[in-house]
Amino acid sequence: MFDTALTWNDIAFLAQSAAMTLAVTAVSVTIGTVLGILFGVLRVQLGAIWSAPLTFVLDVFRSVPLLIQLVLGNALQSIAKLGWAPFTTSCVVLSLYTAAYCSEIIRGGIGAVPSTTRRAARSLGMTWWQDMRYIVAPLATRVSLPAWIGLTLGVMKDSALVLWLGLIELLRASQILVTRLQEPLFILMICGVIYFVISFPIARLGGYLERRWSPND
Amino acid sequence: MIEIKDVRKSFSTLEVLKGINLTVSKGEVVTIIGGSGSGKSTLLTCINGLEPINAGQITIDGTVVHAKDTDLNKLRRKVGIVFQQWNAFPHLTVLENVMLAPRKVLGLAKEKAEEIAVKQLTHVGLAEKLNVYPNRMSGGQQQRMAIARALAMSPEYMLFDEVTSALDPMLVGEVLDTLKMLAEEGMTMICVTHEMAFARDVSDRVAFFHHGVMAEIGTPDQLFGAPQHPDTQAFLASAR
Repeated sequence: MFDTALTWNDIAFLAQSAAMTLAVTAVSVTIGTVLGILFGVLRVQLGAIWSAPLTFVLDVFRSVPLLIQLVLGNALQSIAKLGWAPFTTSCVVLSLYTAAYCSEIIRGGIGAVPSTTRRAARSLGMTWWQDMRYIVAPLATRVSLPAWIGLTLGVMKDSALVLWLGLIELLRASQILVTRLQEPLFILMICGVIYFVISFPIARLGGYLERRWSPND
Repeated sequence: MIEIKDVRKSFSTLEVLKGINLTVSKGEVVTIIGGSGSGKSTLLTCINGLEPINAGQITIDGTVVHAKDTDLNKLRRKVGIVFQQWNAFPHLTVLENVMLAPRKVLGLAKEKAEEIAVKQLTHVGLAEKLNVYPNRMSGGQQQRMAIARALAMSPEYMLFDEVTSALDPMLVGEVLDTLKMLAEEGMTMICVTHEMAFARDVSDRVAFFHHGVMAEIGTPDQLFGAPQHPDTQAFLASAR
Protein backbone atom coordinates (compact mmCIF):
# COMPACT_ATOMS: atom_id res chain seq x y z
CA MET A 1 0.00 0.00 0.00
CA PHE A 2 2.81 2.41 0.81
CA ASP A 3 4.55 1.49 -2.37
CA THR A 4 2.98 4.27 -4.35
CA ALA A 5 3.79 6.27 -7.44
CA LEU A 6 2.22 9.36 -5.87
CA THR A 7 4.76 12.19 -5.77
CA TRP A 8 4.92 15.36 -3.68
CA ASN A 9 3.97 17.21 -6.82
CA ASP A 10 0.74 15.20 -6.93
CA ILE A 11 0.06 16.01 -3.28
CA ALA A 12 0.60 19.69 -4.05
CA PHE A 13 -1.82 19.30 -6.96
CA LEU A 14 -4.41 17.81 -4.60
CA ALA A 15 -3.89 20.60 -2.08
CA GLN A 16 -4.35 23.18 -4.81
CA SER A 17 -7.59 21.53 -5.90
CA ALA A 18 -8.77 21.43 -2.29
CA ALA A 19 -8.21 25.19 -2.21
CA MET A 20 -10.52 25.43 -5.23
CA THR A 21 -13.19 23.41 -3.39
CA LEU A 22 -12.81 25.73 -0.40
CA ALA A 23 -12.97 28.85 -2.57
CA VAL A 24 -16.13 27.75 -4.39
CA THR A 25 -17.74 26.75 -1.08
CA ALA A 26 -16.72 29.91 0.78
CA VAL A 27 -17.99 32.25 -1.95
CA SER A 28 -21.23 30.31 -2.47
CA VAL A 29 -22.06 29.88 1.21
CA THR A 30 -21.31 33.54 1.96
CA ILE A 31 -23.39 34.94 -0.90
CA GLY A 32 -26.03 32.22 -0.47
CA THR A 33 -26.40 32.97 3.24
CA VAL A 34 -26.72 36.72 2.71
CA LEU A 35 -29.34 36.14 0.01
CA GLY A 36 -30.99 33.43 2.12
CA ILE A 37 -31.38 35.80 5.08
CA LEU A 38 -32.76 38.48 2.77
CA PHE A 39 -35.23 36.09 1.11
CA GLY A 40 -36.16 34.45 4.42
CA VAL A 41 -36.97 37.77 6.12
CA LEU A 42 -38.79 38.97 3.01
CA ARG A 43 -40.94 35.84 2.94
CA VAL A 44 -41.85 36.18 6.62
CA GLN A 45 -42.66 39.89 6.20
CA LEU A 46 -44.64 39.55 2.98
CA GLY A 47 -46.63 36.53 4.13
CA ALA A 48 -47.36 33.38 2.17
CA ILE A 49 -49.49 34.98 -0.56
CA TRP A 50 -47.33 37.97 -1.50
CA SER A 51 -44.12 35.98 -1.37
CA ALA A 52 -45.56 33.13 -3.50
CA PRO A 53 -43.57 34.05 -6.66
CA LEU A 54 -40.30 34.19 -4.69
CA THR A 55 -41.14 30.95 -2.89
CA PHE A 56 -41.83 29.30 -6.24
CA VAL A 57 -38.47 30.31 -7.71
CA LEU A 58 -36.65 29.15 -4.58
CA ASP A 59 -38.56 25.86 -4.70
CA VAL A 60 -37.28 25.34 -8.24
CA PHE A 61 -33.71 25.77 -7.02
CA ARG A 62 -34.36 23.29 -4.22
CA SER A 63 -36.03 20.70 -6.47
CA VAL A 64 -33.94 20.56 -9.63
CA PRO A 65 -30.76 18.46 -9.21
CA LEU A 66 -27.71 20.66 -8.77
CA LEU A 67 -25.91 19.00 -11.69
CA ILE A 68 -28.71 20.02 -14.06
CA GLN A 69 -28.69 23.54 -12.63
CA LEU A 70 -24.95 23.81 -13.25
CA VAL A 71 -25.14 22.56 -16.81
CA LEU A 72 -28.19 24.72 -17.60
CA GLY A 73 -26.63 27.73 -15.87
CA ASN A 74 -23.49 27.34 -17.92
CA ALA A 75 -25.49 26.96 -21.15
CA LEU A 76 -27.59 30.05 -20.30
CA GLN A 77 -24.61 32.28 -19.58
CA SER A 78 -23.09 31.16 -22.84
CA ILE A 79 -26.32 31.81 -24.80
CA ALA A 80 -26.61 35.21 -23.12
CA LYS A 81 -22.97 35.86 -24.11
CA LEU A 82 -22.06 36.78 -20.54
CA GLY A 83 -18.65 35.25 -21.00
CA TRP A 84 -18.46 34.04 -17.39
CA ALA A 85 -15.53 31.88 -16.35
CA PRO A 86 -16.51 28.43 -15.04
CA PHE A 87 -15.63 29.62 -11.53
CA THR A 88 -18.09 32.51 -11.75
CA THR A 89 -20.86 30.34 -13.20
CA SER A 90 -20.28 27.71 -10.52
CA CYS A 91 -20.43 30.26 -7.72
CA VAL A 92 -23.57 31.92 -9.10
CA VAL A 93 -25.45 28.63 -9.41
CA LEU A 94 -24.25 27.29 -6.06
CA SER A 95 -25.07 30.60 -4.33
CA LEU A 96 -28.66 30.50 -5.54
CA TYR A 97 -28.92 26.84 -4.60
CA THR A 98 -27.60 27.68 -1.10
CA ALA A 99 -29.88 30.72 -0.83
CA ALA A 100 -32.93 28.58 -1.59
CA TYR A 101 -32.18 26.20 1.28
CA CYS A 102 -30.96 28.96 3.58
CA SER A 103 -34.15 30.99 3.18
CA GLU A 104 -36.12 27.98 4.48
CA ILE A 105 -33.79 27.68 7.47
CA ILE A 106 -34.10 31.41 8.25
CA ARG A 107 -37.86 31.32 7.84
CA GLY A 108 -38.04 28.45 10.33
CA GLY A 109 -35.70 30.24 12.74
CA ILE A 110 -37.73 33.45 12.70
CA GLY A 111 -40.93 31.44 13.11
CA ALA A 112 -39.47 29.80 16.21
CA VAL A 113 -39.23 33.13 18.05
CA PRO A 114 -42.49 33.38 20.02
CA SER A 115 -44.72 36.20 18.81
CA THR A 116 -45.31 37.13 22.46
CA THR A 117 -41.58 37.75 22.96
CA ARG A 118 -41.53 40.02 19.93
CA ARG A 119 -44.64 41.77 21.16
CA ALA A 120 -42.90 42.41 24.48
CA ALA A 121 -39.98 43.96 22.59
CA ARG A 122 -42.26 46.21 20.57
CA SER A 123 -44.20 47.18 23.68
CA LEU A 124 -40.96 48.61 25.11
CA GLY A 125 -40.88 51.02 22.18
CA MET A 126 -38.44 49.07 20.03
CA THR A 127 -38.81 49.56 16.30
CA TRP A 128 -39.28 46.66 13.89
CA TRP A 129 -35.60 46.83 13.08
CA GLN A 130 -34.51 46.89 16.76
CA ASP A 131 -36.75 43.89 17.45
CA MET A 132 -35.17 42.07 14.49
CA ARG A 133 -31.64 43.02 15.44
CA TYR A 134 -31.64 42.49 19.21
CA ILE A 135 -34.32 39.85 19.80
CA VAL A 136 -35.17 37.91 16.65
CA ALA A 137 -31.68 37.64 15.15
CA PRO A 138 -29.94 36.14 18.21
CA LEU A 139 -32.80 33.76 19.01
CA ALA A 140 -33.34 32.67 15.40
CA THR A 141 -29.60 32.13 14.95
CA ARG A 142 -29.56 29.65 17.82
CA VAL A 143 -32.42 27.72 16.26
CA SER A 144 -31.05 27.87 12.71
CA LEU A 145 -27.40 27.12 13.39
CA PRO A 146 -27.44 23.29 13.29
CA ALA A 147 -29.36 23.29 10.00
CA TRP A 148 -27.07 25.97 8.58
CA ILE A 149 -23.93 24.00 9.49
CA GLY A 150 -25.51 20.98 7.77
CA LEU A 151 -26.21 23.10 4.71
CA THR A 152 -22.63 24.39 4.60
CA LEU A 153 -21.17 20.89 4.83
CA GLY A 154 -23.63 19.71 2.18
CA VAL A 155 -22.75 22.54 -0.20
CA MET A 156 -19.06 21.82 0.26
CA LYS A 157 -19.51 18.24 -0.85
CA ASP A 158 -22.03 19.13 -3.56
CA SER A 159 -19.49 21.62 -4.91
CA ALA A 160 -17.68 18.58 -6.36
CA LEU A 161 -20.26 18.74 -9.16
CA VAL A 162 -18.65 21.89 -10.55
CA LEU A 163 -16.08 19.57 -12.13
CA TRP A 164 -18.64 19.22 -14.91
CA LEU A 165 -17.97 22.83 -15.84
CA GLY A 166 -14.27 22.06 -16.08
CA LEU A 167 -13.12 23.37 -12.72
CA ILE A 168 -10.38 21.30 -11.19
CA GLU A 169 -11.50 20.93 -7.59
CA LEU A 170 -10.66 18.15 -5.17
CA LEU A 171 -12.71 15.33 -6.69
CA ARG A 172 -11.66 16.13 -10.28
CA ALA A 173 -8.00 16.28 -9.24
CA SER A 174 -8.34 12.89 -7.60
CA GLN A 175 -9.89 11.48 -10.78
CA ILE A 176 -7.00 12.79 -12.84
CA LEU A 177 -4.51 11.16 -10.52
CA VAL A 178 -6.45 7.90 -10.45
CA THR A 179 -6.46 7.78 -14.26
CA ARG A 180 -2.74 8.40 -14.43
CA LEU A 181 -1.50 6.30 -11.50
CA GLN A 182 -4.15 3.56 -11.41
CA GLU A 183 -4.25 3.62 -7.58
CA PRO A 184 -7.91 4.42 -7.01
CA LEU A 185 -8.23 3.19 -3.41
CA PHE A 186 -5.23 5.07 -2.06
CA ILE A 187 -5.94 8.31 -3.89
CA LEU A 188 -9.65 8.36 -3.09
CA MET A 189 -8.76 7.68 0.53
CA ILE A 190 -6.51 10.72 0.57
CA CYS A 191 -9.26 12.71 -1.13
CA GLY A 192 -11.73 11.57 1.55
CA VAL A 193 -9.32 12.50 4.32
CA ILE A 194 -8.91 16.01 2.86
CA TYR A 195 -12.71 16.45 2.70
CA PHE A 196 -12.88 15.33 6.31
CA VAL A 197 -10.12 17.69 7.41
CA ILE A 198 -12.01 20.59 5.84
CA SER A 199 -15.42 19.57 7.22
CA PHE A 200 -14.47 18.60 10.73
CA PRO A 201 -13.64 22.11 12.04
CA ILE A 202 -16.90 23.47 10.61
CA ALA A 203 -18.90 20.72 12.32
CA ARG A 204 -17.01 21.29 15.60
CA LEU A 205 -17.54 25.05 15.38
CA GLY A 206 -21.28 24.34 15.26
CA GLY A 207 -21.05 22.07 18.29
CA TYR A 208 -19.01 24.65 20.17
CA LEU A 209 -21.48 27.47 19.52
CA GLU A 210 -24.42 25.27 20.50
CA ARG A 211 -22.76 24.39 23.79
CA ARG A 212 -21.82 27.99 24.48
CA TRP A 213 -25.40 29.15 23.99
CA SER A 214 -27.31 26.25 25.49
CA PRO A 215 -27.11 27.18 29.21
CA ASN A 216 -28.95 30.40 28.46
CA ASP A 217 -31.89 28.97 26.60
CA MET B 1 -54.68 61.02 31.16
CA ILE B 2 -55.93 58.06 29.16
CA GLU B 3 -59.27 58.65 27.47
CA ILE B 4 -61.07 55.73 25.87
CA LYS B 5 -64.08 56.79 23.83
CA ASP B 6 -66.61 54.36 22.40
CA VAL B 7 -63.91 51.88 21.37
CA ARG B 8 -64.98 48.93 19.26
CA LYS B 9 -62.74 46.06 18.30
CA SER B 10 -63.46 42.88 16.35
CA PHE B 11 -61.42 39.82 15.55
CA SER B 12 -62.89 38.88 12.13
CA THR B 13 -66.59 38.48 12.90
CA LEU B 14 -66.29 38.36 16.69
CA GLU B 15 -66.79 41.73 18.34
CA VAL B 16 -64.78 41.67 21.57
CA LEU B 17 -65.14 45.33 22.55
CA LYS B 18 -68.58 46.82 22.02
CA GLY B 19 -68.13 50.50 22.73
CA ILE B 20 -65.94 51.04 25.77
CA ASN B 21 -65.76 54.41 27.52
CA LEU B 22 -63.23 54.95 30.28
CA THR B 23 -61.08 57.80 31.47
CA VAL B 24 -58.10 57.19 33.70
CA SER B 25 -56.50 60.21 35.35
CA LYS B 26 -52.89 60.64 36.40
CA GLY B 27 -52.13 58.75 39.59
CA GLU B 28 -55.27 56.65 39.43
CA VAL B 29 -55.30 52.87 39.77
CA VAL B 30 -58.10 51.21 37.81
CA THR B 31 -58.56 47.46 37.84
CA ILE B 32 -60.64 45.58 35.33
CA ILE B 33 -62.29 42.33 36.33
CA GLY B 34 -64.56 40.02 34.40
CA GLY B 35 -64.84 36.57 32.90
CA SER B 36 -62.60 35.13 30.23
CA GLY B 37 -63.33 36.53 26.79
CA SER B 38 -64.94 39.67 28.19
CA GLY B 39 -62.46 41.82 26.25
CA LYS B 40 -60.45 43.17 29.17
CA SER B 41 -57.01 42.03 27.94
CA THR B 42 -57.79 43.17 24.40
CA LEU B 43 -58.50 46.66 25.69
CA LEU B 44 -55.01 46.88 27.21
CA THR B 45 -53.27 45.86 23.98
CA CYS B 46 -55.37 48.46 22.15
CA ILE B 47 -54.32 51.20 24.59
CA ASN B 48 -50.65 51.04 23.62
CA GLY B 49 -51.42 50.39 19.97
CA LEU B 50 -50.34 46.77 19.79
CA GLU B 51 -53.79 46.05 18.36
CA PRO B 52 -55.71 48.26 15.94
CA ILE B 53 -59.28 49.25 16.77
CA ASN B 54 -62.33 49.29 14.51
CA ALA B 55 -64.10 52.37 15.86
CA GLY B 56 -63.84 54.99 18.56
CA GLN B 57 -60.72 56.68 19.83
CA ILE B 58 -58.07 56.26 22.50
CA THR B 59 -56.10 59.34 23.54
CA ILE B 60 -53.09 59.41 25.82
CA ASP B 61 -52.17 62.91 27.03
CA GLY B 62 -53.80 64.28 23.90
CA THR B 63 -52.10 61.89 21.47
CA VAL B 64 -54.56 59.84 19.46
CA VAL B 65 -53.13 56.30 19.66
CA HIS B 66 -54.52 54.92 16.42
CA ALA B 67 -54.02 58.02 14.28
CA LYS B 68 -51.92 57.36 11.20
CA ASP B 69 -49.24 59.90 12.05
CA THR B 70 -48.79 58.79 15.66
CA ASP B 71 -45.30 57.49 16.41
CA LEU B 72 -46.27 54.39 18.36
CA ASN B 73 -42.67 53.55 19.27
CA LYS B 74 -42.40 56.94 20.94
CA LEU B 75 -45.79 56.65 22.60
CA ARG B 76 -44.95 53.23 24.03
CA ARG B 77 -42.02 54.72 25.93
CA LYS B 78 -44.48 56.26 28.32
CA VAL B 79 -46.98 53.40 28.42
CA GLY B 80 -45.43 50.25 29.86
CA ILE B 81 -47.19 46.91 29.63
CA VAL B 82 -46.58 43.61 31.37
CA PHE B 83 -48.22 40.47 30.08
CA GLN B 84 -49.54 37.27 31.56
CA GLN B 85 -46.60 35.42 29.99
CA TRP B 86 -43.59 37.38 31.20
CA ASN B 87 -41.74 37.04 27.87
CA ALA B 88 -38.19 37.32 29.12
CA PHE B 89 -35.56 37.69 26.39
CA PRO B 90 -33.96 34.27 27.00
CA HIS B 91 -30.59 35.08 25.43
CA LEU B 92 -29.92 38.01 27.76
CA THR B 93 -29.15 38.10 31.48
CA VAL B 94 -31.63 39.72 33.83
CA LEU B 95 -29.60 42.93 33.83
CA GLU B 96 -29.30 42.92 30.02
CA ASN B 97 -33.04 42.26 29.68
CA VAL B 98 -33.77 45.44 31.62
CA MET B 99 -30.97 47.53 30.06
CA LEU B 100 -31.78 46.75 26.43
CA ALA B 101 -34.67 49.15 25.81
CA PRO B 102 -33.20 52.11 27.77
CA ARG B 103 -30.00 51.75 25.74
CA LYS B 104 -31.45 51.16 22.30
CA VAL B 105 -34.78 52.98 22.47
CA LEU B 106 -33.86 55.89 24.75
CA GLY B 107 -30.27 55.92 23.51
CA LEU B 108 -28.79 56.08 27.02
CA ALA B 109 -25.11 55.37 27.65
CA LYS B 110 -24.28 51.91 28.96
CA GLU B 111 -23.42 53.18 32.47
CA LYS B 112 -26.61 55.20 32.76
CA ALA B 113 -28.78 52.33 31.50
CA GLU B 114 -27.10 49.94 33.90
CA GLU B 115 -27.66 52.32 36.80
CA ILE B 116 -31.39 52.53 35.96
CA ALA B 117 -31.66 48.77 35.47
CA VAL B 118 -29.96 47.99 38.79
CA LYS B 119 -32.20 50.49 40.53
CA GLN B 120 -35.39 49.00 39.09
CA LEU B 121 -34.30 45.41 39.68
CA THR B 122 -33.43 46.26 43.29
CA HIS B 123 -36.83 47.89 43.58
CA VAL B 124 -38.60 44.64 42.63
CA GLY B 125 -36.30 42.58 44.85
CA LEU B 126 -34.01 41.07 42.21
CA ALA B 127 -30.73 42.75 43.14
CA GLU B 128 -29.16 39.33 43.68
CA LYS B 129 -30.10 38.07 40.22
CA LEU B 130 -28.48 40.62 37.92
CA ASN B 131 -26.24 38.21 36.02
CA VAL B 132 -28.55 35.24 36.01
CA TYR B 133 -30.31 34.08 32.84
CA PRO B 134 -34.12 34.26 33.06
CA ASN B 135 -34.67 30.52 32.66
CA ARG B 136 -32.81 30.00 35.94
CA MET B 137 -35.47 31.93 37.84
CA SER B 138 -38.98 31.12 39.03
CA GLY B 139 -42.03 32.44 37.20
CA GLY B 140 -42.59 35.02 39.91
CA GLN B 141 -39.04 36.30 39.61
CA GLN B 142 -39.30 36.43 35.82
CA GLN B 143 -42.53 38.35 36.11
CA ARG B 144 -40.94 40.83 38.50
CA MET B 145 -38.09 41.17 36.03
CA ALA B 146 -40.64 41.96 33.30
CA ILE B 147 -42.09 44.65 35.57
CA ALA B 148 -38.62 46.12 36.16
CA ARG B 149 -37.98 45.99 32.41
CA ALA B 150 -41.09 48.06 31.75
CA LEU B 151 -40.32 50.46 34.62
CA ALA B 152 -36.79 51.07 33.36
CA MET B 153 -38.32 53.09 30.52
CA SER B 154 -39.71 55.49 33.18
CA PRO B 155 -43.25 55.11 31.88
CA GLU B 156 -45.99 57.45 33.02
CA TYR B 157 -48.61 54.73 32.71
CA MET B 158 -48.44 51.02 33.39
CA LEU B 159 -50.75 48.37 32.01
CA PHE B 160 -50.83 44.97 33.70
CA ASP B 161 -52.49 42.15 31.82
CA GLU B 162 -53.33 39.32 34.21
CA VAL B 163 -49.74 39.31 35.39
CA THR B 164 -50.35 36.62 38.01
CA SER B 165 -52.58 34.28 35.99
CA ALA B 166 -49.77 32.06 34.72
CA LEU B 167 -48.05 31.84 38.09
CA ASP B 168 -47.87 29.10 40.65
CA PRO B 169 -50.20 30.09 43.56
CA MET B 170 -47.13 30.27 45.82
CA LEU B 171 -45.62 33.00 43.65
CA VAL B 172 -48.67 35.20 43.15
CA GLY B 173 -48.12 37.11 46.39
CA GLU B 174 -44.65 38.42 45.56
CA VAL B 175 -45.84 39.85 42.23
CA LEU B 176 -48.98 41.40 43.73
CA ASP B 177 -46.84 42.98 46.46
CA THR B 178 -44.73 44.57 43.72
CA LEU B 179 -47.86 45.97 42.06
CA LYS B 180 -49.15 47.28 45.38
CA MET B 181 -45.85 49.02 45.98
CA LEU B 182 -46.13 50.74 42.58
CA ALA B 183 -49.70 51.78 43.30
CA GLU B 184 -48.65 53.29 46.61
CA GLU B 185 -45.89 55.20 44.86
CA GLY B 186 -48.53 56.90 42.76
CA MET B 187 -48.03 55.13 39.42
CA THR B 188 -50.98 55.42 37.06
CA MET B 189 -52.06 51.85 36.47
CA ILE B 190 -54.66 49.83 34.63
CA CYS B 191 -54.65 46.25 35.88
CA VAL B 192 -56.60 43.41 34.39
CA THR B 193 -56.83 40.80 37.10
CA HIS B 194 -58.63 37.83 38.55
CA GLU B 195 -57.34 38.60 42.03
CA MET B 196 -60.41 40.10 43.71
CA ALA B 197 -58.72 40.81 47.05
CA PHE B 198 -55.96 42.67 45.23
CA ALA B 199 -58.46 44.66 43.16
CA ARG B 200 -60.32 45.65 46.28
CA ASP B 201 -57.12 46.58 48.05
CA VAL B 202 -55.28 48.80 45.56
CA SER B 203 -57.90 50.23 43.21
CA ASP B 204 -59.32 53.69 43.09
CA ARG B 205 -61.97 52.31 40.77
CA VAL B 206 -62.90 48.81 39.66
CA ALA B 207 -64.53 48.10 36.31
CA PHE B 208 -66.48 44.95 35.53
CA PHE B 209 -66.39 43.78 31.91
CA HIS B 210 -68.96 41.40 30.53
CA HIS B 211 -69.13 40.21 26.91
CA GLY B 212 -67.27 43.22 25.53
CA VAL B 213 -69.19 45.80 27.52
CA MET B 214 -68.18 47.68 30.63
CA ALA B 215 -71.17 46.64 32.67
CA GLU B 216 -70.28 48.54 35.80
CA ILE B 217 -67.60 50.77 37.27
CA GLY B 218 -67.20 52.21 40.73
CA THR B 219 -65.07 52.39 43.82
CA PRO B 220 -64.10 49.03 45.31
CA ASP B 221 -66.65 49.54 48.08
CA GLN B 222 -69.43 50.24 45.59
CA LEU B 223 -68.56 47.45 43.20
CA PHE B 224 -67.73 44.72 45.69
CA GLY B 225 -70.03 45.94 48.47
CA ALA B 226 -73.16 46.77 46.54
CA PRO B 227 -72.92 45.70 42.88
CA GLN B 228 -75.80 47.09 40.85
CA HIS B 229 -75.66 45.07 37.65
CA PRO B 230 -77.05 41.50 37.77
CA ASP B 231 -74.03 40.19 35.80
CA THR B 232 -71.64 41.78 38.30
CA GLN B 233 -73.55 40.18 41.15
CA ALA B 234 -73.44 36.80 39.44
CA PHE B 235 -69.74 37.12 38.65
CA LEU B 236 -68.77 38.17 42.16
CA ALA B 237 -70.88 35.41 43.68
CA SER B 238 -69.08 32.80 41.56
CA ALA B 239 -65.67 34.37 42.18
CA ARG B 240 -65.95 33.97 45.91
